[in-house]
Amino acid sequence: MDCTGCGTCVKYCPVEYPDPFNQNISKNKAVHVYFSQAIPLVAYIDETCLYLKEKKCLVCESVCQADAIRLNQSPEKVQLNVGAVILSSGIKPFNPAVRSEYHYGVFENVVTSMDYERLLSSTGPYQGEVLRTSDQKHPKKIAWIQCVGSRRVTPEENSYCSGVCCTYTQKQVILTKDHEPDTECTIFHNDIRAYGKDFERYFQRAEALPGVRFLRTYPTIVREIEGSKDVVIRYATTDDGVKEETFDMVVLSVGLNPPLNNKELADRFGITLNHHGFNQTIDENPMLTSRPGVFASGAFQGPTDIPESVFTASAAGSQCGTLLDYRRGDLAIERVYPEERDLAKQAPRIGVFVCHCGANISSVVSVPSSVEYSLSLPNVVYAQEQLFSCATNSAQEITDKIQEKKLNRVVIAACSPRTLEPLFRDTLREAGINPYYLEMANIREHCSWVHSKQKEEATAKAKDIIRMSVARANYLAPLKEFDLPVHKDALVVGGGLAGMTCALSIAAQGHTVHLVEKSDALGGMARRIHSTLEGMDVKAHLDGLIRDVYQNPQIYVYHNADILDVAGYVGNFVTTVKSDKGKQEIPHGAAIIAIGADVYTPTEYLYGQDDRVMTHLEMGERIAAGDEKLLAADHVVMIQCVGCRNTDRNYCSRVCCGHSIKNALKLKAAKPEMDIDILFRDVRTYGFREDYYREAADKGVRFIRWTPEDKPEVEAGVNEEGREVIKVTVTDPVLGQRLELSADILALAAAMIPAESTNEIAGLYKVTLSPDGFYKEAHVKLRPVEFATDGVYLCGTAHYPKHIQETINQAYGAAGRVLTLLSHETVVASGAVCEVTDENCISCGACITACTYDAISFRETPMGRKAWVNPVLCKGDGLCNAKCPTNAIVLKHFTNEALQGQIDATVIGPSILEQIDAAAMEAAMETH
Amino acid sequence: MRLIRVMCSGRVDLEFILRAFTKGLDGVFVGGCEFGGCNYITHGNYDALANVYICKKIMSRIGLNPDRLRLQFMSGADGDLLAEVNDSFSKDIKAIGPLGRGEGEDGDLSTLMLKLEAAKLLVPYLRLVERERLRIPVKSEEAYVSFYTSPQFDALFDELVGSKLAMEQIALLLKKGALSTADIAGKLGLTPSEVSKYVNSASRYGFVKYDTDQSRYALA
Repeated sequence: MDCTGCGTCVKYCPVEYPDPFNQNISKNKAVHVYFSQAIPLVAYIDETCLYLKEKKCLVCESVCQADAIRLNQSPEKVQLNVGAVILSSGIKPFNPAVRSEYHYGVFENVVTSMDYERLLSSTGPYQGEVLRTSDQKHPKKIAWIQCVGSRRVTPEENSYCSGVCCTYTQKQVILTKDHEPDTECTIFHNDIRAYGKDFERYFQRAEALPGVRFLRTYPTIVREIEGSKDVVIRYATTDDGVKEETFDMVVLSVGLNPPLNNKELADRFGITLNHHGFNQTIDENPMLTSRPGVFASGAFQGPTDIPESVFTASAAGSQCGTLLDYRRGDLAIERVYPEERDLAKQAPRIGVFVCHCGANISSVVSVPSSVEYSLSLPNVVYAQEQLFSCATNSAQEITDKIQEKKLNRVVIAACSPRTLEPLFRDTLREAGINPYYLEMANIREHCSWVHSKQKEEATAKAKDIIRMSVARANYLAPLKEFDLPVHKDALVVGGGLAGMTCALSIAAQGHTVHLVEKSDALGGMARRIHSTLEGMDVKAHLDGLIRDVYQNPQIYVYHNADILDVAGYVGNFVTTVKSDKGKQEIPHGAAIIAIGADVYTPTEYLYGQDDRVMTHLEMGERIAAGDEKLLAADHVVMIQCVGCRNTDRNYCSRVCCGHSIKNALKLKAAKPEMDIDILFRDVRTYGFREDYYREAADKGVRFIRWTPEDKPEVEAGVNEEGREVIKVTVTDPVLGQRLELSADILALAAAMIPAESTNEIAGLYKVTLSPDGFYKEAHVKLRPVEFATDGVYLCGTAHYPKHIQETINQAYGAAGRVLTLLSHETVVASGAVCEVTDENCISCGACITACTYDAISFRETPMGRKAWVNPVLCKGDGLCNAKCPTNAIVLKHFTNEALQGQIDATVIGPSILEQIDAAAMEAAMETH
Repeated sequence: MRLIRVMCSGRVDLEFILRAFTKGLDGVFVGGCEFGGCNYITHGNYDALANVYICKKIMSRIGLNPDRLRLQFMSGADGDLLAEVNDSFSKDIKAIGPLGRGEGEDGDLSTLMLKLEAAKLLVPYLRLVERERLRIPVKSEEAYVSFYTSPQFDALFDELVGSKLAMEQIALLLKKGALSTADIAGKLGLTPSEVSKYVNSASRYGFVKYDTDQSRYALA
């Protein structure tokens, strides 16, 4: 509790032991901070401590100035009474030491991807330098081996696909080339599973880098070369047979195992695990476990990437909310800030805090000389350095100094305002001054990180950046934020699986939901899907949902609806809807866009010309309907990636591999002797779906790979027996032969494409689209269900193609975020908005035409017609400022004066020079 | 490269760019989102593009190398592109040389500064001109580029801005004291007949008067 995270004890502790955070590659002390951005940033003592082992030493206790060392602490048992539990115990990386063939822990330069991740990190064992532990040299030739521990049925390994390794490997390759551009990178892989949003483009980016080879083959680690400790890999090639190649380092792209102690966890909470050791997922609601009140989120549901983890976390939170809504706010304590002092008329008194950011800044920029320089700047009355300005104790220090030194402006020279500005604004509020008196000088991203090799120049630049920020700080003004009331209703656009799930989840916490559906029936695309690969009865679930929606007194459904207009802003929207119920203006606090996606209508492979050619979705429907013509077929061919992963649609539709395998398995179940060929590019059955891929292969479904350079060809023809068939010709890249298949039925895995109304709805709610035409979330990893536009959320396939379970996860996740908004009485709008000085306004309207948010309008004033800004609608972009001929409209916090002050300070003006001279003179006088 | 944060590339005012040059900076870089990549509905990068075209025109007009101003559109994920562009821009600026000297001025920047000052004074007028005559209704990169590189734009610029810019420069020059036609022509690098043309219209508007005794022009 008393630890300030100063690190003195770490310096003096005599015990060194391998640091688990850095994969035991480097050493740490027995007393240490877990890692440099740990929260709380305090030291703790490991069992290797000499005192704990032998009652010796006590050095840490004697050097700690805060008296924070407690060597006599013992474990405590605490009993908590809770209404719900969320298990988000994550995963454990696969340990390749369990299989001798990987030689991990034996050959020194065979590392796991987790080891490599730490090597790449600036807080890693070698401060971001990629070095071999064997000789501390840069590896110039690195191999990655994919699917280590995954997609294998060997003992100790996992049969499922871990789903994340393809892309993290590509990231590591890109970062490696960033670190050392001439490193040769070779990736031995099976399928490339770039199924996530923008992943296809990311793969292309990695593949296009010079010196990067993606080889589709199975490699074997053969031996370590004596002396150099390089590693030899043997692999088969299509052209040259079996080859051996030597690498400086081999990275094993390890998969994801269930969390440690998963069985104990399951026993203790009384829940069931699946045979892989993860939570036994309930398809209709993957957040549930087998025990009511215990929820699962993140990778405990199964291997998963960050966005899915984030929205399942939100979804689990939301479901706890449903359970505990009646007690909402019982334990909340309102935060009380000291009263804000009115400083508007005071002359500026600026304090500068320069952050070391551990070693992130201080290893490049001289922090002490930057502090000294800051003190020489006009109006700076105080400056100091801090280890981590963002640490709790540092924030307290800033608050204290503001009060002690009577500061009225604060410059924090640290990182990007994009991450920590809100935190530091809060720090200012704690000290009783307006949060807009904060200015951040970014000496990390803009300086130390990009100039790590030019320390002196970097220090000079850091001083320039600080000087510019100080100049700007002089012009900062106290701004008022607005409390806007929040309307408690929500409006969901789209009555498919995502929209209905989301609507029910929101209504379950007492909110009225308006569900707007463009057609005359609920259900959307899911109506065409009978069951999932995992066997969930989609129709039964959908029927249940539709019934629940209609029966819920708090959900209003609008059929055959058209959205005519959307006005307002977060917490206060008004959407005008024309539907069966007539034209209505619906007020609501939040909007959720769940309009789904469409299926591409193929123009290739005889689709639409020959009735034996159908999409995979149509095939699914015909299987469910027991279509006799389909079951009469002796030979079915399926072609994957129809209409996507091409130049028109440079993305993967994600669901089609699973969908085709589901169809294949159903057909095999109905007619085991049927020949089925699936012509694929990469089979992307990520996660547990891999088991079904294996099952299909075991049941005799043939998988034949094709490449975009050599597409399958399709024509109507007759087979050897004279029967009318569809001839499908494809080159098998393994055999190197043209295969001619005679199909009775051809199914095309048609791409999922953005819904027709995507653009129109985007325009109405003022939200944006990704390059592929699906909706663009606020952050692809961290904010996957929100738009950058406040108060508007998204879920389902409108965001990107996804499986039914994933859609359900995301719908609950979006509901969680919406409920967080709707549970507040008010929302706060930024103070950095535009304002018009009436005296200067000539009512020319230039600002009004510049504003895309309709935030500016004319208003009659005693001085005549003047432009007026609705502060709630203004987004603070300041475009209007650059258009106003009289500078009458002012974007607060980014005023012309503040920006020009910053421009002027890029060069040292005479006044500053004079001050420095004067300071030097004064110092000289004192020494004499 | 020293960075200044604005909330949209369209917020980068002509005055900011000109001001940076008057402070002696050798180059100005404007970074914005890619077209169609706006996270909002603002698409202010089109305004940035228009502003940069107009500014480059002014720069050539006042004898400042327009390559000192560069605009680059990139996404937030294009860190490597930013680094690459910055390196090449810095290299280019170094090759052009320090402000003024790269333009053949030998140490005396007073005329260039006067011309920059004159251009800054025109900014409010330029904003009106942009709105009334130079704005393109379609937000497409192609339309912007084809308009701003067309002879039509050149002609409009000459008609609307050219003479105003010269008159503003003459007015600033005369602030320091009365001068003859030849003096003005020499200082601003104009021909005497151009000077007479501008001074005549300036005196018609009543800004400038002719002192017949000294054969000099002075501010009215």
